[in-house]
Amino acid sequence: MLPKLSGEQVLEQLRLAIVIRRFEEELIKLAGSRDIGHFHVYIGQEMTGVPALYLLERGDLSFTTHRNHGHLLARGVPASQMYAEILGKETGMMGGRGGTLHLCSMEHGFPTTSSAVGGATPLATGAAFGFQRLGQDRVSVCLFGDGALEEGSWHESINIAAMEKLPVIYLCENNSLEALGQKAGEYPSSTLAAVDLIDLVTPFGVPTIQIDGCDAGAVHAAMGEALHRARSGGGATFIEARTVRWPGNRPIWPELSTGETNFAMAWDSSLVPTEYREWHAEQDAVLRFIREILAEGLIEPEAILAMDAEVSAEMKEAVEFALASNYPPAAAAMEKVLA
Amino acid sequence: MAETRYINGIQQALLEEMADDSTIRVMGEDVTFGGPFGATKGLVEAYGESRVINTPISEATIVGMAVGAAITGLRPVLEIMFVDFITLGMDQLVNHAAKLHYMTGGQLEVPLTIRATCGVGGGYGAHHSQSLEAWFSHVPGLKVVAPYTPADAKALLKSSIRDNNTVLFLEHRGLYWTRGEELAEHEQVALGEAVVRRAGKDITILGVSKMVGTALKAAEQLAEHGIEAEVIDPRTLAPLDLDTIVSSVKRTGHLVIAHEAVETGGIGAEIAARVQEAAFNELAAPVMRVGAPFSPVPTSIALEKEFVPGPEQVIEAVRRSIAYNRVA
Ligand SMILES: Cc1ncc(C[n+]2csc(CCOP(=O)(O)OP(=O)(O)O)c2C)c(N)n1
Ligand SMILES: [Mg+2]
Repeated sequence: MLPKLSGEQVLEQLRLAIVIRRFEEELIKLAGSRDIGHFHVYIGQEMTGVPALYLLERGDLSFTTHRNHGHLLARGVPASQMYAEILGKETGMMGGRGGTLHLCSMEHGFPTTSSAVGGATPLATGAAFGFQRLGQDRVSVCLFGDGALEEGSWHESINIAAMEKLPVIYLCENNSLEALGQKAGEYPSSTLAAVDLIDLVTPFGVPTIQIDGCDAGAVHAAMGEALHRARSGGGATFIEARTVRWPGNRPIWPELSTGETNFAMAWDSSLVPTEYREWHAEQDAVLRFIREILAEGLIEPEAILAMDAEVSAEMKEAVEFALASNYPPAAAAMEKVLA
Repeated sequence: MAETRYINGIQQALLEEMADDSTIRVMGEDVTFGGPFGATKGLVEAYGESRVINTPISEATIVGMAVGAAITGLRPVLEIMFVDFITLGMDQLVNHAAKLHYMTGGQLEVPLTIRATCGVGGGYGAHHSQSLEAWFSHVPGLKVVAPYTPADAKALLKSSIRDNNTVLFLEHRGLYWTRGEELAEHEQVALGEAVVRRAGKDITILGVSKMVGTALKAAEQLAEHGIEAEVIDPRTLAPLDLDTIVSSVKRTGHLVIAHEAVETGGIGAEIAARVQEAAFNELAAPVMRVGAPFSPVPTSIALEKEFVPGPEQVIEAVRRSIAYNRVA
């Protein structure tokens, strides 16, 4: 299902999704040729992040987690600055101090990435508390993986959010349905006993919405409902967006196992390879989004290829920018320790 | 003597101890897959899922749970993926694991080993690179171990597991793939015993964990300039083998302490204080410290390189110590 938006807006979301996909693919390629530390990619979850964050307004804040690149790109953080930060260059958003695991851009509503699993939940809750007590019409969004539900901080946070009716949205991206170690069919997550993640929320009385995170229309509708509740004083919402784990994320270090995406697979099934057939034919959320867009006749296939070519060229340029940028001077390590 | 890697030393210690003691349980996030670096590889194949247990990402509880299991007769070896995340479990560690034996008047013992990766390297950034040994050493009731060689990693992990106290076993990520001599069969290393890694008469350099290697490199370069440095690896930080350190300092008259943790409030401050109390008259200069600057660990490889003190900083501290003019 497509989001209930104008054709132009849907195509804007398509562009953002392609940006994220190409950004991550270039990053994985880059990591093959140089040591850029540990990072996590958002491939396969684009159609959760893009439509969800599309609805935010200036002033809203999103707190994110280690799988964060797609979130920032969805809100328009320039790829060049992101690559520069990930490569530790002085032209990155934080001048190389934070890197992939701590990306931040206040200009785009991202106060911080906590790479401590569950680390952002109290922060997002606190920001919502701040908005509420300052009488500001702003919403706080907490983005996290299913793993964060294993940390006590999440349970403690949602309790407070419920008690105080805070304007916060907990958006859980459950990508662990087929995760490593999961006993198939038993648990939705690798080390969580709850059969259904939203069951964890019910006792707190916070409304829950469970959706297919690859269904852009469902994400759009859920986020719209949650934002309306938050802005109208109705308090918190918990959304579980279920996505299939991209095969390249199976090992801890991402690998381009499914290859660089050929978007033409969306309309030409003869291009779908036998390897990872299920992924390309059914699970890849961006391909699915394209199929839905084509069914609505919003754009011609050629125009999608042209859009992709433009985005791909932009990503290559952004990588070049980052590679050509300088490393920060040594003294920078000691700056900004205290305000 | 055959060579092995540090990470294999750890893996071997776990395999061997589990064979000898059926009460050992290896627990932690993803331990059945070997953990992020492979230290627990092969354990589940050898001992099954009843003895090698994947836990949820719940540090506060898994630390406490390991304490609870330890007081009932199990001997848990808990892995905390990165020492940075033990902060989530500090209540159970500091208020419970460390104090139960004392508070219960000795009725309880907590034979628990907590293994954690620590240290800077590879651009992991501020949440995955810290060295927190000074925090742990500050808490009565805990033992703190930081091995440098593959043989010590194995021997000291075995001793830690056999110890009836809670031991923080700190593994520097940058050492995992380093090679060194294998531990000789039946060789043991007790907790609380330092070792002299290089003999020298002019100055004592104490290195912590990976900084032992930095100290050794500095010593080699100093030797080319006629300065013979003695390098000490304390191996255990709590309890600290002060005797070995002090007897070396009494001979050399100079001490430089190097660690990767932030210098301010680091374990070097404690060692310096104790050494000056024990050997004030023999010291020809104040004890010098080399540590990280007072900032979080930056991610950029370029900044990271500057952040971690190298042999140059150690040599510089040695020169300051030797050039120091003591006014009589
Ligand atoms: C407090 C804490 N413990 C452990 C880790 C190591 N770690 C990094 S990602 C991860 C799994 C997270 O799973 P999930 O939240 O579902 O996110 P996903 O990677 O599946 O998107 C773990 C255990 C961490 N970063 N923080
Ligand atoms: Mg997950």
